[in-house]
Amino acid sequence: MNRIRKARNEETAESGNQEARKMDLRIRFFLVSWFPHFLLIFSCIPVFLIHSVSAAPIVIGSKKFTESYVLGEIATRVLQSAPGEVEFRPGMGGTIIVWQALKSGEIQVYPEYTGTISEEILKEPAARSLDSIRERLHTFGVGMTDPLGFNNSWALVMRRNEAERLDIHCVSDLRKHAHLKLGLTHEFLDRQDGWPRLRERYALPQQDVRGIDHALGYAALANGEIDVKDAYSTDAKIAENNLVVLTDDQNFFPRYDAVFLYRVSLDEKKTALLKTLEGTINEALMTRLNAEAEQTKNYAKAASLYFESRGGSGMIQAEPIFHKLIRWTLRHLQLAGFSLLLSVMFGIPLGIIASRRGVIGQAILGFASIVQTIPSLALLALLVPIPFFGISVRTAIAALFLYGLLPIVRNTASGLQDISRSLRESAIALGLNPAVRLWEIYLPMASRSILSGIKTSAVINIGTATLAALIGAGGLGEPILSGLNLNDNVTILQGAIPAAVLALVVQWFFDLLDRVLIPKGLRL
Amino acid sequence: MSTLVRLVDVSKCYGDAAALQPTNLSIERGKSTVLIGPSGCGKSTLLRLIIGLIEPDSGSVRFDGELITPENIAALRRRIGYVIQEGGLFPHLTARANVLLMARHVGKSQNEMQTRLLELCDLTRFSENLLLRYPVELSGGQRQRVSLMRALMLSPELLLLDEPLGALDPLVRASLQKDLKKIFARLGQTVLFVTHDLAEAIYFGDEIVLMNEGRIVQKGSVIDLREKPAHPFVSEFINAQRGIASV
Repeated sequence: MNRIRKARNEETAESGNQEARKMDLRIRFFLVSWFPHFLLIFSCIPVFLIHSVSAAPIVIGSKKFTESYVLGEIATRVLQSAPGEVEFRPGMGGTIIVWQALKSGEIQVYPEYTGTISEEILKEPAARSLDSIRERLHTFGVGMTDPLGFNNSWALVMRRNEAERLDIHCVSDLRKHAHLKLGLTHEFLDRQDGWPRLRERYALPQQDVRGIDHALGYAALANGEIDVKDAYSTDAKIAENNLVVLTDDQNFFPRYDAVFLYRVSLDEKKTALLKTLEGTINEALMTRLNAEAEQTKNYAKAASLYFESRGGSGMIQAEPIFHKLIRWTLRHLQLAGFSLLLSVMFGIPLGIIASRRGVIGQAILGFASIVQTIPSLALLALLVPIPFFGISVRTAIAALFLYGLLPIVRNTASGLQDISRSLRESAIALGLNPAVRLWEIYLPMASRSILSGIKTSAVINIGTATLAALIGAGGLGEPILSGLNLNDNVTILQGAIPAAVLALVVQWFFDLLDRVLIPKGLRL
Repeated sequence: MSTLVRLVDVSKCYGDAAALQPTNLSIERGKSTVLIGPSGCGKSTLLRLIIGLIEPDSGSVRFDGELITPENIAALRRRIGYVIQEGGLFPHLTARANVLLMARHVGKSQNEMQTRLLELCDLTRFSENLLLRYPVELSGGQRQRVSLMRALMLSPELLLLDEPLGALDPLVRASLQKDLKKIFARLGQTVLFVTHDLAEAIYFGDEIVLMNEGRIVQKGSVIDLREKPAHPFVSEFINAQRGIASV
C-alpha cells in the first residue's frame, strides 16, 4: 500500500518534469510570438533618448538648499539672454550627485563653493588657491568662474538666548557643555571637511549627535529638540530665527567662496555671460536674496531681486498655482505611468518564466525581491553615476520600473502556479498548442492575480515617484521637496495631497479595470 | 475488428517505484474497454501514456499503427477525446466556448461548429439554454455533459474517460451512465474507460481489464473474471465489491 502511495506521489513529480519540459516549449513560443513587440519597445527607447538629446538645452543644476536654488535661478536667467534653450533642474541632491551630473555632461552649469571643491570633490584639502583648483578641475573638462563675491562658510549656530545663558561665543566654548544636543545635516556628518574632523580639531565631547534634514533642523532648533546645528553663514534663517553663529576660533573651516562650475565645452557666449556674475553678490545681498526666497517661497522672485539690485528689470510673472499643479501632476503621471508600462511589459514575461520552479525562476524572484529591499533613495543614488542614466527622467523611470517589477513578477508567477494540474492537463490533452494554452487558458485564469500585482505596483509607483524630484525629474515631489526646504507646510501639501488623491484614483481605476479584464466566469 | 491502440511492453517508473510494469494491451475499434483496479494500480498511468501526458520508459504506444512520439502527439491528440473526473472545464470560458475551443483553433467554420454543437447538445441531452453559462453556474452532472461534448466535438476516433462519474451523486451518476451507454452505442465509439467501480465496469465494458500493482491481472468479460479467475486477486476484488453492493 505504501509503495502504491509512493508511486502516486512520484507520478505527480514526474509529470511536473514533463510539464517543465512542455513549459520550455511554451516559453519559446511565447518569445517568438512576442519578439517583434519587444523589438518595437526597445527601438522606442533610443528614439525617446535621441529626442531628449537632440533638443539638447543647456541644463543648469542646483543642490537642495535655498541658496543653491537662488543661484541656479540667477544663472538660468542670465544664460537665457543668449539664444538657445536653457533648462533649470533645481534641488537635484547633495554635492556628489550634482558633481557627477556635471562630470558626465548631464548638466552644464551649477553653483558650488571653493571649500567644497577642494575638500569634497578633489579631496585635496591643500589645493586652496583658485588657480590650483582651476587647474585640477580642468582635467575633468570643468571650468570655474571667479568668486561671485561672498564666502558662505559652514558654521555652527545656536539659539541666541541659549548661547548667552551658557556664555558660548566660539566653537571652543562647546567643550565645556557636553550635554548639548547636536542636530547636523547628513552631508555635514559625512563630509571630509565636516563633523568628524571638526570634532577632532576642537575635541568636542558631545555624544548626542544626530542627522537631520537642514530645513527641519531649524524647526528642531527652535523648539529645543536640538541645541546646535550646522548652517551656511549666509543663511537667512539665522537672522530670522534669532540664532547666533559660533566663531570658528581655530580657523577650521576653509573658505567657501561661491563660484559657478561649468563644462568647458559650454559655448563661449554663454561662458562669458556666466562670468558677468563674478563679484556681483556680496554676503549682505546673498543673505537678503535667501531671506526673500524663504519669505515669498519663490526662488524666481529672489532671483528677480538680484537683477533689480543691478538695475535690470528682473520681474518674472509667477506661474499660477493651478498651472503648477497641472504641470506637476502630469509629470508625475508620466513618470509613474511610463515606468508601470515597462514593469508590466517585463514583469509578466518574467513572471511566466518564474512560474517554473527551476533555478531561473528562483533567480528572477530573488532579483526582484532584492531590488525591492534597496531604499528608493539609495537606488536612485546607485543609478545616477551610470553614464546612460545620470540626473534625468530616465533614472527616475528606471528606478520606478525596478520597484514596480516585484509585485507583478510574483503575482504572475503565483497566479500561474495556482492553476490546478488537472486543468493544465486538460488544456494539453485537448491538443492546444503552447502559445494558445498560455494566452487563452493560463493567463486569463491568472488574470486576477496578475492585475492585483499591477495595481500594487501602480500605487507604489505613485508614492515613490515623489522621490524623483530629488534628481530633478519633477513631479509632485517638487513642491514637497522645496516645501521641506523652506519649512513651508502649505507647499508640502501642494504636492502631498495631489499625490495621495492620485494614488486613490489609480486604485479606483484599477478596481474598475478588474471588471473589464477579469473574465466573467472567474468573477461569479 | 481492427486494433486502434496497441501498447507493447510499455512500462513507467517513478523513481524506484514502478507505476506500470511492462504491459501489452490492444484496444479494438468500436469497443468499450474498461480499466478497473484499486487506486494506484496503474490504470490512470496507462491512460495518460496514450494521450501523451507522460512518456513511457520502455516499449511503444501505437495509435492507428503510428508510433506516438513528441513530434506527432499534438496532431494525434485531436483524434482523441479526454474526459476527467472533475470535468476539466476552463472556468473563464462559457460552456459553449469550452466545447468550441479546439474546433476554433483547427479552423472550423461558424456554421460547421454551430451544427455540431446542436448535434452534441441533443446527443448528451444538454439544454441549449445553458450553453452561455460558466462552469460554476452548472451542476456537476451538467459539467460532465459539457466536458463530454468538448471531448466529442472533433469526432475523435478514441474517447478516454478517467473516472468521469466519480464525483457525482448516485442519482445523477445512474442517469449519466445510461446516457453515456446510449451515446457510445449510437456513435459506435471506441472507448477506454477508467473506473474503480465494478458495477460500472460491467455496465460499460465489452472487455474488462483488471489491474493491480502496475500490471494487468486479467482481461476478458465479467463472466471470465468471475468464473475463471486468473489470480486470487481477481476473486478478492470481485467479492469485495459484491459484498458492498449486497449490504
